Amino acid sequence: MSDFPFLSVLTAAPLVGAVVVALLPRSRPTLAKQVALGWSLLVLALSVVMWVTWQVDGHRFQFRESYPWIPNWGVNFTFAADGIALVMLMLIAVLVPLVILASWHDAESSKRSVPTYFALLLVLECTMLGVFAAADVFLFYVFFEVMLVPMYFLIGSYGGHQRQYAAVKFFLYSLVGGLFMLAAVIGLWVLGGKTFDWVALSQVDISTGAERWLFLGFFVAFAIKAPFFPFHTWLPDAGGAAPAGAAALLVGVLDKVGTFGILRYCLPLFPEAAQWFAPWALALALVGIIYAALLAVGQNDLKRLVSYTSIAHFGFIGVGIFAFTTQAGTGAVLYMLNHGLATGLLFLVVGMLVARRGSALVSDFGGAGKLVPVLAGVFFFAGLASLALPGTAPFVSEFLVLIGTFTVNKPVAVIATLGIILAAAYVLWMVQRTTQGTLNPALTEIDGMKRDLNLREKVVVAPLIALIVLLGFYPKPVTDVINPAVQATMEDVGRTDPAPSVDTVQEASR
Amino acid sequence: MTEFELPPIDYVAIAPILIIMGAAVLGVLVEAFVPRRLRHPVQLPLALLAVLAALTMVVVNADKRVITFGVIAIDGPTLFLQGAILVLSAVALLLVGERAIERGGAFVAQAAITADSPDDRRQAERAGGAGEVYPLVTFAVGGMLIFVSANDLLTMFIALEVFSLPLYLLCALARRRRLLSQEAAMKYFLLGAYASAFFLFGLALLYGFTAGMGDRQAGVDFSTIHAAVANSTQSRVLLFAGMALVAIGLLFKAAAAPFHVWTPDVYQGAPTPITGFMAACTKVAAFGALLRVFHVAFEGARWDFTPVLGAVAVLTMLVGAVLAVTQTDIKRLLAYSSIANAGYLLVGVLAPGPEGLSGTMFYLVAYGFTVLAAFAVVTLVRDADGEATHLSRWAGLGRRSPLYASLFTFILLAFAGIPLTSGFISKFAVFGPALSGGQVWLVIAGVLTSMVLAFPYLRVVVMMWLSEPGETTPTVTVPGGLTSAALAIGVIATLVLGVVPGPLLDLATGAADFVR
Repeated sequence: MSDFPFLSVLTAAPLVGAVVVALLPRSRPTLAKQVALGWSLLVLALSVVMWVTWQVDGHRFQFRESYPWIPNWGVNFTFAADGIALVMLMLIAVLVPLVILASWHDAESSKRSVPTYFALLLVLECTMLGVFAAADVFLFYVFFEVMLVPMYFLIGSYGGHQRQYAAVKFFLYSLVGGLFMLAAVIGLWVLGGKTFDWVALSQVDISTGAERWLFLGFFVAFAIKAPFFPFHTWLPDAGGAAPAGAAALLVGVLDKVGTFGILRYCLPLFPEAAQWFAPWALALALVGIIYAALLAVGQNDLKRLVSYTSIAHFGFIGVGIFAFTTQAGTGAVLYMLNHGLATGLLFLVVGMLVARRGSALVSDFGGAGKLVPVLAGVFFFAGLASLALPGTAPFVSEFLVLIGTFTVNKPVAVIATLGIILAAAYVLWMVQRTTQGTLNPALTEIDGMKRDLNLREKVVVAPLIALIVLLGFYPKPVTDVINPAVQATMEDVGRTDPAPSVDTVQEASR
Repeated sequence: MTEFELPPIDYVAIAPILIIMGAAVLGVLVEAFVPRRLRHPVQLPLALLAVLAALTMVVVNADKRVITFGVIAIDGPTLFLQGAILVLSAVALLLVGERAIERGGAFVAQAAITADSPDDRRQAERAGGAGEVYPLVTFAVGGMLIFVSANDLLTMFIALEVFSLPLYLLCALARRRRLLSQEAAMKYFLLGAYASAFFLFGLALLYGFTAGMGDRQAGVDFSTIHAAVANSTQSRVLLFAGMALVAIGLLFKAAAAPFHVWTPDVYQGAPTPITGFMAACTKVAAFGALLRVFHVAFEGARWDFTPVLGAVAVLTMLVGAVLAVTQTDIKRLLAYSSIANAGYLLVGVLAPGPEGLSGTMFYLVAYGFTVLAAFAVVTLVRDADGEATHLSRWAGLGRRSPLYASLFTFILLAFAGIPLTSGFISKFAVFGPALSGGQVWLVIAGVLTSMVLAFPYLRVVVMMWLSEPGETTPTVTVPGGLTSAALAIGVIATLVLGVVPGPLLDLATGAADFVR
């Protein structure tokens, strides 16, 4: 079974689905939705089979396939997944059907073609899967850039207030990053002996100066994508304007391409430069944690608020990556998964609230829990997951990042811990102002607020809640997959974990 | 008096040129003797057949590597570029021949009638178009075929005039906005004449330079110049001045800054099919000649010209990208975009070795198809007064006609260099060899200007898709078969060259070797 070309089929399948959905007549929106949902479930089924086939003790890269594409330049369709990529592929496959189900009525309010909306979601899924499955730098770059196009139209055509501005800003920021990376990709190709194969490139010796420039080219692109402070300003706009489903994918998956790229390309290909730049990257990550959290506290728009919380979380992931310990690295990757689940859930629930109220402003809510108790409960749970309450999955990853960092760099770990306090502040305050407290009389006038979660919405949130709780108590199946890949990455960088001494472990757990 | 001996001529090798020139002459005769209503149905197939026949001869010649007549070099780059010019001009001819969009096509019947007079308005509404456009285009194509194969500067100069003069005329033939069209033609002609004069003067200086080689005769063929660069005893000032002046003449045609000022006006004023023809084919011809001159004749002076041409390239990219941002007319925007693309092409010209050569040639073909498709769409977006080229008029076009807006979006994404379009592959094809050749700063300039350039393209996309259609949003005319075909060819080529560029890259790589 492991000879089956999983990754290429997985990548191509949503694209075929997108073509089918796009060709459906505009007058039959329900059929388009059903086909899109069915197709994404098919992709999910395929990825589950892939997960089962994965050999935990096997080779670092599995499911490798390679077909020639542009032989003159040594470009191949090479797909291969390591543990990190596998986890991200699973996340996408799980999230997309839920997003499709959650956006069931989103496209109707926009006066635009409904089948096109779902076709764009499937195209987006194809590019997202491709970017994580590619093991050829050129192929990775292609997916990295093409990914912008469907997202641009999802925000620009189907978004809310200020969608044009947000879509253009998103596109230009990402394109600028992409072009820096293009220069670096060409440089890597020239210095690396005219090949794009990841494995071959990771063994090439590049002079220190060139390596640092190339690292910078890649890093800027990924830092914009992730986004790290100070490249983050596009995310609140895009996240605020995008339809809830697209926003969940944008923050839940698309942004992970940045951190994934750092782990897959920046660290192993330019190990010396990665170490040289690590203090700077850590500093940016720390600033991001504190700064974004403070901004989140002050937001009055729910979607922008959630976007800022994500920037803070990406700070944690950045700290985990550049601490260069296996624990912190595993924590960072686990955080990428858990953040996708938790923030994805939060965005979807916010979308449900916004759809009912017709406004995303916190001040337009107040005591909503009295009208829609179940929805408010789910909202509260999503908030708690995103502040990393013990028992939810993000706690495990945040904890791993912090102890992994503490063993090598105490000040960084201490400052990062402050972010947890701020997280509690913004989440609890947000929940208090929207669903708790005295009922806002304006809410009772609105018909939408009288409907609690319906069956469709329950089906959307239930799997995510289950996964968050399950991985909060038993993350082992995932960490088993991630650990070898992170270890290999750290070996590429040339860092080994410090031997644990009793003191530090006690201190960290206190 | 010495006996004059005719040099040996390989007629098969120059058959494409002969066929095209013959067809052009035939076209003139058709114009003189065939009844008016039959001219269009005769002229268009004649021109297309000639292009097809010439293309066949290019393919037949595929393995030929000769210098015939002493002045025409038939080698890999010549054949590749001739093929490119012929294919692109066939697509352009489809646009030129379109009669379904507007009565009589995009061309005026009598260009000499005073612009905006009652007579002029009457002919804009009713009269059929001029049939002379076909022989004129065919002559221009013939000139370009000679231009890219010329093996000495004098032949190159004659070819330059042969393809420029018809273009000056063609620019003046727009059916609508006659004044703009006439102004464009006048500007193009005057500035073009200056550029030709520069070229000629440079040629004379280089002749003087080659005179200092002892027993070897002076001359302006490229092998003589090449030898002279290595061992002439004349002052190097002659070489540098001659080289600079010749380069000015060529860079003018290539629309490189600071010799670009004519481009926006001419692109805007000329009939749109001719604009497309110039943007695609003239670019191929101009860069074909630049490649030959700098790779064959001045190869030995690479260290001397690279910094200067590099500065020109950076300036061209900057001017094109920055000024494109401020444009409000789609044709002017595409003109500035074509200037910026000339900058990227110059990066390829400066990249040493066969990789740079093949990359530039690939770029020329890919860009030609895309730009022709772009102008094909421009011909379709129109209202009662002809084409609606002001950008504000394109607002909400995505709602009015999603198909053409999608196609144009795809074209713009190709210009912006998004992967899976030929625009991305061609950028890679010129930046890669440039970086291999150590021209890091050129590549960085290219990447930075690409970022700037993305903005105007994106603005058009936003206009079309994200704005609501207004009262003044024009409708898209349903195109006739010819424009549809041209548009389809352009878009499909842009997609195919972006997804499977291998075969054309192979062809370009195999052709990247000059004879000397």
